[in-house]
Amino acid sequence: MRNLLAVGDLSRDDLEEILEVTDAMVEVSGRAIPKVPALRGRTVVSLFYEDSTRTRLSFDSAAKRLSADTMSFAVSSSSVSKGESIRDTVETIEAMGMDAIVVRHRSSGVPAQIAGWTDASVINAGDGWHQHPTQALLDAYTIRRHLGSLEGRRIAIVGDIVHSRVARSDIEAFTRLGAEVVLVAPPTLLPPSLAPWHVEVSEDLDSVLGELDVCYLLRMQRERAREALLPSLREYTARFGLDARRADRLRPGALIMHPGPMNRGIEIAGDVAERPEAVVTEQVANGVAVRMAVLFLLLGPGRHTLDGGDTRDRVVDLPAVGADRAAVPDPGDPPDGASLLDPRPEVEA
Amino acid sequence: MIDRRGGDETVDVVLRGGTVVDATGERRADVVVRGRHVVAVGPDLSGDVVVDAGGCVVAPGLVDLHTHLRQPGKEEAETVESGSRAAALGGYTAVLAMPNTTPAIDCAAVVREVLELGRDALCDVHTSGAITVDRAGERLAPMAEMAGLGVRLFTDDGTGVQDDRLMRRAMEYGRGLGVTLAQHCEVTSLSEGTCMHEGEWSSRLGLPGQPAEAEELMVMRDIALARLTGARVHLLHLSTAGSVAMVAAARAGGLSVTAEAAPHHFTLTDACCAGYDATFKVHPPLRSDADVAAVAQGLADDTISAIATDHAPHAPEEKERPFDEAPPGMLGLEYALALAITQLVDSGPRMPLSQVLARLSWQPAAIAGMERHGRPIAPGAPANLCVIDPEARWTIDATGGASRSRNVPYVGRTVRGLVRHTICEGEPVVLDGEAQR
Repeated sequence: MRNLLAVGDLSRDDLEEILEVTDAMVEVSGRAIPKVPALRGRTVVSLFYEDSTRTRLSFDSAAKRLSADTMSFAVSSSSVSKGESIRDTVETIEAMGMDAIVVRHRSSGVPAQIAGWTDASVINAGDGWHQHPTQALLDAYTIRRHLGSLEGRRIAIVGDIVHSRVARSDIEAFTRLGAEVVLVAPPTLLPPSLAPWHVEVSEDLDSVLGELDVCYLLRMQRERAREALLPSLREYTARFGLDARRADRLRPGALIMHPGPMNRGIEIAGDVAERPEAVVTEQVANGVAVRMAVLFLLLGPGRHTLDGGDTRDRVVDLPAVGADRAAVPDPGDPPDGASLLDPRPEVEA
Repeated sequence: MIDRRGGDETVDVVLRGGTVVDATGERRADVVVRGRHVVAVGPDLSGDVVVDAGGCVVAPGLVDLHTHLRQPGKEEAETVESGSRAAALGGYTAVLAMPNTTPAIDCAAVVREVLELGRDALCDVHTSGAITVDRAGERLAPMAEMAGLGVRLFTDDGTGVQDDRLMRRAMEYGRGLGVTLAQHCEVTSLSEGTCMHEGEWSSRLGLPGQPAEAEELMVMRDIALARLTGARVHLLHLSTAGSVAMVAAARAGGLSVTAEAAPHHFTLTDACCAGYDATFKVHPPLRSDADVAAVAQGLADDTISAIATDHAPHAPEEKERPFDEAPPGMLGLEYALALAITQLVDSGPRMPLSQVLARLSWQPAAIAGMERHGRPIAPGAPANLCVIDPEARWTIDATGGASRSRNVPYVGRTVRGLVRHTICEGEPVVLDGEAQR
């Protein structure tokens, strides 16, 4: 696989593979010097048409920990604001020799369009209401760290499903990894059809709370009340907000998750967000490791492992920066399992 | 209409060896054309110029009720000349230009401009007129002034007239003028901000969808207003099963309501949007399998009287924008006949070819009041003809044909039925699939 566009493109094995590599990346991130040379000589450019400091920083940090060169195409101050088309921008970036383009756009489908115009790897960092695959991966990873596995786990996703790329991605990742997903929302905030997914639906948060392993709250945007999707935010909070009383009814060990940024007092009460079961900051930390894994698998020595090749037993060997002085950037593919300590072979295997 | 170029008065052109198919039936016959008219129809005729029609169907030229020629205003996408060339290559001898140009065709001056541009076109160019000034849906456009120049059909196409009272008045005023009111049925309060059909695919793709009801509510209203006012009402590009059912009931009830459907609405579904290619973005949007089947059946049982292309050229860079930002519309003039044969004769409702030609030629000619088109092929009739090889199979390519644009949603599809020759006002404008000018 060359691109990461949507969770639906990943098999269960692909997902497991990414989560396993993420374990290695968490280990790297915990080192005194959290940096390895795996992507030296590779260049990752971020192309964010929609502001997102959090996601951009997370990808940037992930690429830097793998020693990739990073660049940021500042959309607001560039040719784009002068009317340059996305295609022309992408072709310009490609001409500069980028290996990966991390894209965010307010319109669904833009990363898929871009993937048709470039040979670089395209990583979807969020497109419209459609997908945010690395968010789903970090969410799945976070759940797995706490609960061991998603198999048979019961996960509620609560709130504005229809406008949420996080929800679409999470539903696909969680169900593919064996979890049961129940969507909790009024019909105005559900997609018009749920046929694409294997999910249950409830309008009654109180009735599902007691059986959950994870209660995943989505950000509730204030303008939804103006669009006649809700009578008021107050009514939303009364029906779907996770306050202390509701949080008390969760089973011991059940997780409270949120993709951030939180609207405290709307979808989640401030004191609930501070509980140990609320793993929101851990989600953010895992986000960097998951994005390292994705970049590593798409661009690095692990490249092509998402193509179905059986690399499950391969050791992800990530020596520290400086341990590989002999290594020079090499565009060729090292053989599977090659240590980054070894000088790269001149010819492909 | 402004006089246009016609055939040579001194040369007899004979279409030899074909089967004539028109509203009166089907027979083996040669057809001789002189000047602007058919002068003889019968076996074994001769002439100065022989045009081979062996194995072919000789039919009245096709008539498109719904063509976006984009002139004035969007000449990078299409011009009257390029659009008329595409039409002629598609077997059309007349097109009805839609008024959503810049400026809109909403007064005599713009009507005259478009008709003037059509004078040297490769087919007859008629124009519709806007119902409201600048298609803004606020004040009636000067319909009588435009009707005086030959405009027979009024529409704000691209958008529907939202205001109920204004539409009622337009129908009453139009009835007095003897013209037809045509509606792009779409309730904008349900469709605003949407870019495809609402359903399983819009849900999956995370794109805002519009429900079938956005169209059906306006179909329902306009049928009610047609009953109230007695106006002749034509419903553009129907796309939903519910719309087809309502039109069937209205027609059974004796109302003067006609309808058209576009080739893409009996060929493509919303699943085509899966790759976010805005080539598949169109208004009304591509719908479900059930809607596609209902539109085809509506054509077969004559609930829908006309196949109209909604030929809507857009420059490539416009169609490369994000799906939700790209303009809606797709090309149709060079593909409509073959798609109709492939989807409606060879599959789906399995209509006889003569019925497909009725929907493509004489029935739309009647709706638009185009008296020189769609006529039975007999001595004295205007020589507006097309010659079709119904057995030829071909594969649609991405070039966009004669159009200035390339937004073709059928690339790679193999279809049956090829236009070999088109005769417009006696002039052979297309011979052996090649435009003659």
